[in-house]
Amino acid sequence: MDVLPVIWFAVIAFLWTGYLVLDGFDLGVGMRIWARGGSEKQKRLMLNAIGPVWDGNEVWLITVGAGTFAAFPLWYASLFSTLYIPLTLVLLALIFRAVAIEYRGKRHTQRWRAGWDRALGFGSFFIAFGIGAMLASTTLGLPIDANGDRVGGPFAWLSWHALLGGLAVAGFSWVHGAAFLTVKTSGHVHEQARRAVVRWMPWAVAPLIGWVLVVQVRHGSTVSWLLVVLAVIALVGAWAAAYVDRDGWAFTGLAAFLVAGSAAIFTAVFPVLVPSTVDGAFDLTVYNASSGSYALTVMTWIAGVALPLILVYQSWSYWVFRKRLTEQHIPDAHDFLPAILRR
Amino acid sequence: MDPLEIARWQFGITTVYHFIMVPLTLGLGPLVAIMQTLWVRTGQERYLRMTKFWGKIYLINFIMGVATGLVQEFQFGMAWSEYSRFVGDVFGAPLAMEGLLAFFFESTFIGLWIFGWDRLKKGVHLACLWIAVMGSVASAYFIIVANSWMQHPVGVELIDGRPVMTDVVAVLTNNTAMAAFTHALFGAVGVGSALLVGIAWYHLWQRRRDGIDTVDAGGRVIVGENPELPGRDRTDHAVWLRSLRLGAVAAMIGFAGVAATGDIQGKLMFEQQPMKMAAAEAACHDGTSFSVLSVGNLGAQDCDEVQGLIEIPGLLSFLAKGDFTTEVDGVNTLIPEYEEAYGTNLPDDPLYGERAGQEIDYLPLMEVTYWGFRIMIGFGVAATGFAAVALWLTRKGTVPASKPLMWLAVASIGAPFVANIAGWVFTEMGRQPFVVAPNPDPSGVDGVFMYTAAAVSPGITGEEVIFSLAALGSVYLALFVVELLLLIKYVRGGVASAMPQLGHAGDEDGHGDDGDGPPGGRRSEDDVLAFAY
Repeated sequence: MDVLPVIWFAVIAFLWTGYLVLDGFDLGVGMRIWARGGSEKQKRLMLNAIGPVWDGNEVWLITVGAGTFAAFPLWYASLFSTLYIPLTLVLLALIFRAVAIEYRGKRHTQRWRAGWDRALGFGSFFIAFGIGAMLASTTLGLPIDANGDRVGGPFAWLSWHALLGGLAVAGFSWVHGAAFLTVKTSGHVHEQARRAVVRWMPWAVAPLIGWVLVVQVRHGSTVSWLLVVLAVIALVGAWAAAYVDRDGWAFTGLAAFLVAGSAAIFTAVFPVLVPSTVDGAFDLTVYNASSGSYALTVMTWIAGVALPLILVYQSWSYWVFRKRLTEQHIPDAHDFLPAILRR
Repeated sequence: MDPLEIARWQFGITTVYHFIMVPLTLGLGPLVAIMQTLWVRTGQERYLRMTKFWGKIYLINFIMGVATGLVQEFQFGMAWSEYSRFVGDVFGAPLAMEGLLAFFFESTFIGLWIFGWDRLKKGVHLACLWIAVMGSVASAYFIIVANSWMQHPVGVELIDGRPVMTDVVAVLTNNTAMAAFTHALFGAVGVGSALLVGIAWYHLWQRRRDGIDTVDAGGRVIVGENPELPGRDRTDHAVWLRSLRLGAVAAMIGFAGVAATGDIQGKLMFEQQPMKMAAAEAACHDGTSFSVLSVGNLGAQDCDEVQGLIEIPGLLSFLAKGDFTTEVDGVNTLIPEYEEAYGTNLPDDPLYGERAGQEIDYLPLMEVTYWGFRIMIGFGVAATGFAAVALWLTRKGTVPASKPLMWLAVASIGAPFVANIAGWVFTEMGRQPFVVAPNPDPSGVDGVFMYTAAAVSPGITGEEVIFSLAALGSVYLALFVVELLLLIKYVRGGVASAMPQLGHAGDEDGHGDDGDGPPGGRRSEDDVLAFAY
């Protein structure tokens, strides 16, 4: 059996996991600014905690999309066209989130800021929810025919597992965002975030655990069950660390939980990319949906060079901005007048 | 409802919109990086101010390019799944390379640049901007490699009816891509530099109108200052004059590059997609003359109704072949050739839905290709002409006091945008009815082509596409207004809009602000954030 499609399945799984861990906390912080904002300074503190890194984190999503296109064109085509409406909403949410972060501070009226806070909060939530629904659908089944096209109309993708996946990523991001704020801030925002982690962690990650378990029950193997055990250990550790105020360990534990949980899902579903709920014979798999071995060889070389480099320079950027922020660090909002005489 | 036409409109609208932001990012980025390099090397305040101000404008626009680019990455799969299945093996690779080798650099290092002022060493901070800018340029390269493969498929073999990549070097060095990438890059420089000229002109004119700068009897500028106005000191004059002249010179370089690469691209296109070029000329019959103005009903898709009114003999041959006498094939010659090579009717395949078996119209929409080509060249030339005039008129250190001329300068910002958009509309519409164009030229791979009619997602409904088109369209429209208003606000604020410390003079003198602005405190030494959202 050809090894290259397997490598690329692993690369795609790695990219998805990287996206969920990294942009996960951006999304959580975005939701939090809207839902638990506090004072203007506190909101800006949260925003600046993700400020230097969120754009780089979002690129993991772009790259997983493009990587899927390159390595598994049939997976890309089926998944994206089947989920036409939810992905349209995800795109709108991505647009709103990005523009909200950049434009929120560009004017200083109450209405302007409140509007962008809403765009940021809703945008972050629907990105998380939509991506979760997409991933749960691709792991648990979509109504596709022999050509990989959706049957049953625009909402045929809608299922309980899409909703479960949506809640899973949104819930995880909510806690992960708070955990990120505990390691990146001090003062009131820090205290509030720490309480939120302790209070929310068991509930907010429940849908994610549910999704992992459904996948395991259907497709689990020894290895994937071992990964589930690791995920549970990491989660318990994260909660205990949060309880005794070890912020760094709590954040790391939560990230490890996601990595192990995601690995458990991808390991269990392998080699199926999209199980067809119409007929098992229509399943897209690693072997029938991939590009040719020449294309995969080229891409393996590129990814083999690029991914380690990306990890190095993204880590460096986290290192540069490693200091905790407090409200005192947030400069006053800067407004200005036209440099023109008034007549 | 048939999703094909709606999906085409959606792709066109979202892509053109994306390509309003992109050339500005591509063109302004290197200019800002040059300004910062000058600052790091000379330590002169004027270059710091230029970097800060133009950097601010750059970022307001940058984010819109990022946000609308996400749509591009998703919609191949969403609306064009058959296309994605057909080309994925070869077309996906440059997109993945764009993510891995361009976007990661661009986004990570732009974050480092925005937040890294004072935090990083000067040289390292400057390097971050250069890396981000090179990331943008690399992303333009990869996406144009992908697009050029649709214009001129190379590096593949047809296996089981699908192109399978066999030679990545051929894909990455596609002659069409080389010409189109450099063409687009120089075009983007034109966009960025026109912005510099237009806005700098506006500020120099305002300085004159506000009585800050005056001219002596010889027309030479006498630079003044007005402490009442934020940032309006003597250095401010140098900021705008330098910006204007840097912009005008860059515009010339951009134009020279656009012309040279456009010539190469045109000659390739005459070989690779002769129908596109015949349609660009509305040239029905074989000939050697370039049409300056043709009248008649171009939209009738019927060559007999087109009359060439003004023509330049020999020029068409020169554009196509480099001499003045070789006959260039017209539409009436090409249509039978296409019909012979690719058939007169679409295949009887369920892939084509109701369109299966329909007659194929090989002629692109001529009013679009004919006028697209002329608008591209016309507005490009106009923008460059204005830059040349601007360079001459500012030789004595400031701009003329004329208000209409100032507005013309501001309006000229739009010209290279129009030229860029027209060029893309021309080349994409000129490729129709194909999404992947077959190339008669032997350098193309025989049999590799795809009709646009076969490319749309078979599973989706027209209603879905109408929904996404309406949703994206209205959000894009609203955000366009928002971006424009913010740009105007920041432009009118001058350098002080990007450097708070310059604004204090005005505040203290009682101009006030919106009420919740800053009391004007400078940053203290232990500040962690050099920049904050």
